[in-house]
Amino acid sequence: MTDLLIRGGRVIDPSRGTDGVADVYVRDGKIEAVGRNIPLPPGAEIVDATGKVVAPGLIDLHVHFREPGFEHAETIASGALSAVAGGFTAVCAMPNTDPVTDSQATVGFVVRQSIRAGKARVYPIGAVSMGQQGEQLTEFGEMVQAGAVAVSDDGKPVKSSHLMRTALEYARTFGIPVADHCEDMSLAEGGAMHEGLVSARLGLKGIPSAAEEIMVARDIILAGLTGGHVHLCHMSTRGSVELIRWAKAKGLRVTAEATPHHFTLTHERCEGYDTNAKMNPPLREAADREAIRLGLKDGTIDCIASDHAPHHYDTKEREFDEAPNGIVGLETALGLAIRELVEPGILSLPELIARMSTVPARVFGLAGGTLAVGAPADVVVFDPARRWVVRREDLHSKSTNTPFLNETLVGQAILTLVGGRVAFDRPDRPVS
Amino acid sequence: MPSVTRLLDDSAMASALSRMAREVVEKSGGTRGLVLVGIQRRGVELAARLAGLIGKTEGKPIPLGKLDITLYRDDLSTIGPRPRVGETSLPDTIEGRTVVIVDDVLYTGRTIRAALDELADFGRPRRILLCVLVDRGGRELPIQADVVGQTLDTTGDDRVDVAVKELDGRDSVELVGGAPL
Amino acid sequence: MTTPSLGKDLIGLEGLSADQIRLILDTAEPFKEVSERAIKKVPALRGKTIVNLFFEPSTRTRISFEFAEKRLSADTVNVATSGSSVSKGETLVDTARNLEAMRIDMVVIRHPSSGAAQFLGDRIGSNVINAGDGKHEHPTQGLLDLLTLRDRFGRIEGLKVAICGDVLHSRVARSNIWGLLKLGAEVALCGPATLIPRELAELGVQIIPRIDDAIAWADALNVLRLQLERMQAGFIPSLREYNRVFGVTRERLDRAGKDVVILHPGPMNRGVEIDSDVADGPHSVILPQVTNGVAVRMAVLYLLAGGAPEWQAS
Repeated sequence: MTDLLIRGGRVIDPSRGTDGVADVYVRDGKIEAVGRNIPLPPGAEIVDATGKVVAPGLIDLHVHFREPGFEHAETIASGALSAVAGGFTAVCAMPNTDPVTDSQATVGFVVRQSIRAGKARVYPIGAVSMGQQGEQLTEFGEMVQAGAVAVSDDGKPVKSSHLMRTALEYARTFGIPVADHCEDMSLAEGGAMHEGLVSARLGLKGIPSAAEEIMVARDIILAGLTGGHVHLCHMSTRGSVELIRWAKAKGLRVTAEATPHHFTLTHERCEGYDTNAKMNPPLREAADREAIRLGLKDGTIDCIASDHAPHHYDTKEREFDEAPNGIVGLETALGLAIRELVEPGILSLPELIARMSTVPARVFGLAGGTLAVGAPADVVVFDPARRWVVRREDLHSKSTNTPFLNETLVGQAILTLVGGRVAFDRPDRPVS
Repeated sequence: MPSVTRLLDDSAMASALSRMAREVVEKSGGTRGLVLVGIQRRGVELAARLAGLIGKTEGKPIPLGKLDITLYRDDLSTIGPRPRVGETSLPDTIEGRTVVIVDDVLYTGRTIRAALDELADFGRPRRILLCVLVDRGGRELPIQADVVGQTLDTTGDDRVDVAVKELDGRDSVELVGGAPL
Repeated sequence: MTTPSLGKDLIGLEGLSADQIRLILDTAEPFKEVSERAIKKVPALRGKTIVNLFFEPSTRTRISFEFAEKRLSADTVNVATSGSSVSKGETLVDTARNLEAMRIDMVVIRHPSSGAAQFLGDRIGSNVINAGDGKHEHPTQGLLDLLTLRDRFGRIEGLKVAICGDVLHSRVARSNIWGLLKLGAEVALCGPATLIPRELAELGVQIIPRIDDAIAWADALNVLRLQLERMQAGFIPSLREYNRVFGVTRERLDRAGKDVVILHPGPMNRGVEIDSDVADGPHSVILPQVTNGVAVRMAVLYLLAGGAPEWQAS
């Protein structure tokens, strides 16, 4: 592995509160030094980062890599490549695969596939219940031992409050969060989009905001009861944001994430029955989008997570009701975040990087999110001003189900290092 | 600027129609079983006038009908946006009657062909005659008029405009473009 | 004088302008006359192939379309399959491509998923006519309801029409709402709150909770069919209660002391949403609706056929 001197970029490290032009010296897979005008060390290659931002590698706490079971849509390898192309050095993979990641064997499989791929670090999230059936607790200890960083039944909610309570208490032993997909199924069943004027006009069954808020409230209360850490996945409603604000004010161990599509799009995007606007939780109203943005600003929403959900073209090419939920998001996350949050002045670039790197690391207790000397060299160099068009053929994930095709985004990763190794080097990166 | 030649004015048209009314009765062999059917649009107004003139002379009302041939046109599969369809209504039956089709201008003959097809769907008249205000030549089908108000020799660049009081506020026949005969 | 274009497909009334809707209604008039002739046929669509693609069982709508097509001299083929594309095995995409490969001129589609008509229309060059997609729209029903009202009242503007029943699940209701609003009528929705989406008020319709008030307000009632499944899904406690609280009965109409015109898209659940003596009574225009249905469908087919399919070289 070659040592690198990343020179002249704007180095933003939220973990140490620093933001300024500096050089970063990577040696033996670690951050060796950060400072102004570091003389070129022997054997090191120069990476010219003038005009670019150098930051801790982005971390995505919520992705779906469809391996094992649905490899036609995505594999751990293709997903990990998509991740580094998007500037992510670490991602957490949800367990709704086939078989479900609910044992040390399946957790271990994900870890090994991640190492083989050699791109972004893929941390497995184990299921809360066996087969995600919502009945029997999985072996948290064994899974954590094998490499799991959290537990979740995502894809589905943990319906039983008793099971959720038990999971939160049991998870405390291992210091891991329980990540919940908040959806009251009796209200949401059969729904294809947000319940509102658009669903009334399109004749589609809607999922009311209440379906999410009821479970958010339940999880918050259980966090209080158990002292456990609940992480609320993909928040989408203004009611949820208010509830989380209240929970944090009371000092409860509640963290939350939101996706780029929830701070960018609204339910109007479903007009014309475009299945690339179909996801769960659904796109909501403008006021909800606004609340998510403000939540990211004031920290009520801790971090941005893509909920990268690849689906093969054929499965999405059908009637809206029949199409599966979800869109890919690893390669568009940064570009959307800068366009929608930084350019309009809602978040500064350091605040954004905190939400996409430092904070996610802290929420799940992962290494990363920092450029402190001695830390593993998980680094992203990105161009914060580059305007680029999302083209199907340029995406690295196996599936390209995204509503942002042909849209212009702002900001793109050009070099991603994982453990000091170049995991992604965009072909058109300027070299000195 | 195309040239416009007034061929018939009010009074000329009125006398032409009077003469045509007499010829219709002659060629039909009287008014027994006579039905006048005007083709949308201006043929309808002309048929009404002829029916009125004949009715006055003969002292009895002459049955009058309207026919819109849009749905029987032979070019519907090739033209783009659809033409408006006007009203069709025929007096109870045309079976065994003498039907006189009345139209303003006879040109290619396709309108009349369509009218014949449409009439066939309503029944089988004993005879069908054709009466037109202007025969401008240029036939594309073997169709001829039995009663003609005015004969013209026109080219494809010419246009014959017929105006009737009931729709256009005045009676006239004008030739637009090309030299008059 | 040619008419302005309707575009390639008829997906719904939401996408039509008031002028386009009026065009269809005006065009339906001469077609009513064709249906009164002894020989109920005109050659206008001779040589055109039309497929009736019905993924949901339907007798009346399919027959109405078939008559409309045959009276225009088109060649028709009926394809009836049950259930969703998933259970059927062949996806809607593949069905679409097969139809296009066979150079079908027009497809009339009825399907259980909202958006299915647009899905098909976006993928094939043939004209696509929506005969009812899920809960989204049933535009020819909306049009024939408008025509029937216009025949009865001479106008649509300023008319007060109450749509009564399960609006939530009704594509007929949605099409009617669009058509009536665009032509200037006042629209009210009446039914159990569980079956009336409140957001529709944002479109400019009123919501009248009780049927007696709706009858007192309206010039005409469009009574929607209540399906047994709604009771089973818990939207209403029982059909009996529905009839007692929301049923359009002779007593209610008499109590209102005014003549209210009654429409129903059919098929009727006699004794549930509407009583027989109302359905068969003097103010019911249910049978004229059926007659107008064929004329409206002929008009739609005639007007759409004016646009050549994209795969035809021009």
